Amino acid sequence: MSIEIRNIRKQFGQFTALDNVSLDIAAGELLALLGPSGCGKTTLLRIIAGLEKPDAGQVLFGGADATHTHVAERQVGFVFQHYALFRHMTVFDNVAFGLSVKPRRERPSAEEIRERVMKLLKMVQLDWLADAYPGQLSGGQRQRIALARSLAVEPKVLLLDEPFGALDAKVRKDLRRWLRELHNDMHITSVFVTHDQEEALEVSDRVVVMDHGHIEQVGRPDDIYEHPATPFVTQFLGDVNLFHGRVDAGQLTIGSYEQALGQHQDADGDAAVAYVRPHDLDLTLQADGALAQGRVEHIHAVGPVVRVELQQADGQTIEAAVSKERFRALGIVPGDTVYVTPRKLAVFLKDAAGQQDYVI
Amino acid sequence: MANLTTESRPVRYVLTAVALVFLFLFLLLPLIGVFWEALHKGWQLYLTALVEPEAWSAIKLTLISAAIAVPLNLVFGVSAAWAIARFDFRGKSLLTTLIDLPFAVSPVVAGLMFILLFGANTAAGGWLQDHGLQVIFAVPGIVLATVFVTFPFVARELIPLMQSQGADEEQAAIVLGASGWQTFRKVTLPNIKWGLLYGVILTNARAMGEFGAVSVVSGHIRGETNTIPLHVEILYNEYNFVGAFACASLLALLALVTLLVKSLVEWHLHRQQHASTLRTAEARLQAAQP
Repeated sequence: MSIEIRNIRKQFGQFTALDNVSLDIAAGELLALLGPSGCGKTTLLRIIAGLEKPDAGQVLFGGADATHTHVAERQVGFVFQHYALFRHMTVFDNVAFGLSVKPRRERPSAEEIRERVMKLLKMVQLDWLADAYPGQLSGGQRQRIALARSLAVEPKVLLLDEPFGALDAKVRKDLRRWLRELHNDMHITSVFVTHDQEEALEVSDRVVVMDHGHIEQVGRPDDIYEHPATPFVTQFLGDVNLFHGRVDAGQLTIGSYEQALGQHQDADGDAAVAYVRPHDLDLTLQADGALAQGRVEHIHAVGPVVRVELQQADGQTIEAAVSKERFRALGIVPGDTVYVTPRKLAVFLKDAAGQQDYVI
Repeated sequence: MANLTTESRPVRYVLTAVALVFLFLFLLLPLIGVFWEALHKGWQLYLTALVEPEAWSAIKLTLISAAIAVPLNLVFGVSAAWAIARFDFRGKSLLTTLIDLPFAVSPVVAGLMFILLFGANTAAGGWLQDHGLQVIFAVPGIVLATVFVTFPFVARELIPLMQSQGADEEQAAIVLGASGWQTFRKVTLPNIKWGLLYGVILTNARAMGEFGAVSVVSGHIRGETNTIPLHVEILYNEYNFVGAFACASLLALLALVTLLVKSLVEWHLHRQQHASTLRTAEARLQAAQP
């Protein structure tokens, strides 16, 4: 079922959680709401679920207005950040809960409930834990039981609040792949909230990047990563180096470095910031055509990529990531002076108000 | 291994001994004293002291006021705790403070408040008396005073418990389609049942044992407005020690029975949990084998 969000506003006292947010979610899509804490992503999820009421705006499910539909009638599955399993019930009873509270005439027979619950438990590979209480399960097991419980009522929409937030790195990776596969099999419209850009980019069909109650950018993961629309998105999606300069008629100037841009043709000597990811920076020993120079401070050579930290004359740090081969060919050691050239940069003009640098 | 984290042996023995001696001197010895005083002249006298009409009327009145105060404060306590732990509203902190009022006010003052409110010379009391309802120096006053002093127990027990548990499970139940009542019965109540039981036990103990507030509004009319604690005091002042301690032992016995019930329920629950843990461990083993 498709979801439309139209001009949603939500205020908590003086704090604006959502400021005129609109978003279309296609049927069967797996969408990630990504942003730092306090950006409004969880509030938006809870408004879709009906756990929170918007101050203004509409939520449409399959084209029909559901803004005033009660949570219990929205037919959504919701997986809470800390799972919210019923601690006094067994795993079986937890998963059966949604079926057993249905009104008598809609409720399946005890035998049917048993069958459906066991089928779901098999699907999450935990049927052997049917008799256990939530307190006896590990975090990953609880997560899967919470998912099975929300799927038992055959929801039209699945909503997950930081689904992997409370798990350790290894379990996280496994569950991520598992959720992706599950979605491929079931094709239920799913929205999940996360503050982890890697998670959002890896799992979802589309990513919505949010900040301060606004949507900054919506797009496919590779699109967002390759073409971030705003400085915030650029910074939030991963480590990035900042270089301050000017743009005049599509020509970028940073110190003595010059490059023609395919954009900002009407800029007239405007102040600009160029963002370069560490792996888009190449290290050289030649000063010609270099963007900047710095002294090698640290070298982290663990893994396939070598991360080199440079200190500029003005104290700013530059981080570059080069392949092991390139690093060996350069033969640099801490204390050396090296030069960096960008393979790819994202340039944003500072607007009249002075574009602030986002701190994450 | 344990020696690294615990006190040395002599220190442990001394601390344990101090605790045990204290327990014996201040809890066990007085309790034994009460029963010994009540029974040392024989069963016959003990039973006679309990079934004589004035004692019997005091027992009945105590049970009646507890039977009214406990359910009333149970319902109130759960609603208040629910409201305070789950919702934000204007006047929430005022309500939280008001719940504590009966603890802050001396019971005697509480009794006097009711006399000032419902005494025969006041507007409310006069009006009620004209309509055939005497509050002060009668059963309604005793019930009112009992409800007032036992007011905070259930809510006090539940508010921190419900706040620490959070609303997640209840929200999960509602998203899964449960109605408000189903959510309360199947999710909220099982989660708070131990706190609730404890609150009820405390309420009951205080309702039956309350002296100060009840003493002020009762008027001490023998066979009519005496509860067990008031009756004990009267007998004691008349040097009827067997009678006084017989009634006192009844109160003590009630306390012991409630404690026993609580332990039994806890033991039963613990056994269920343990059985489930064993079953899970077995299932884990089976799942691990190819």
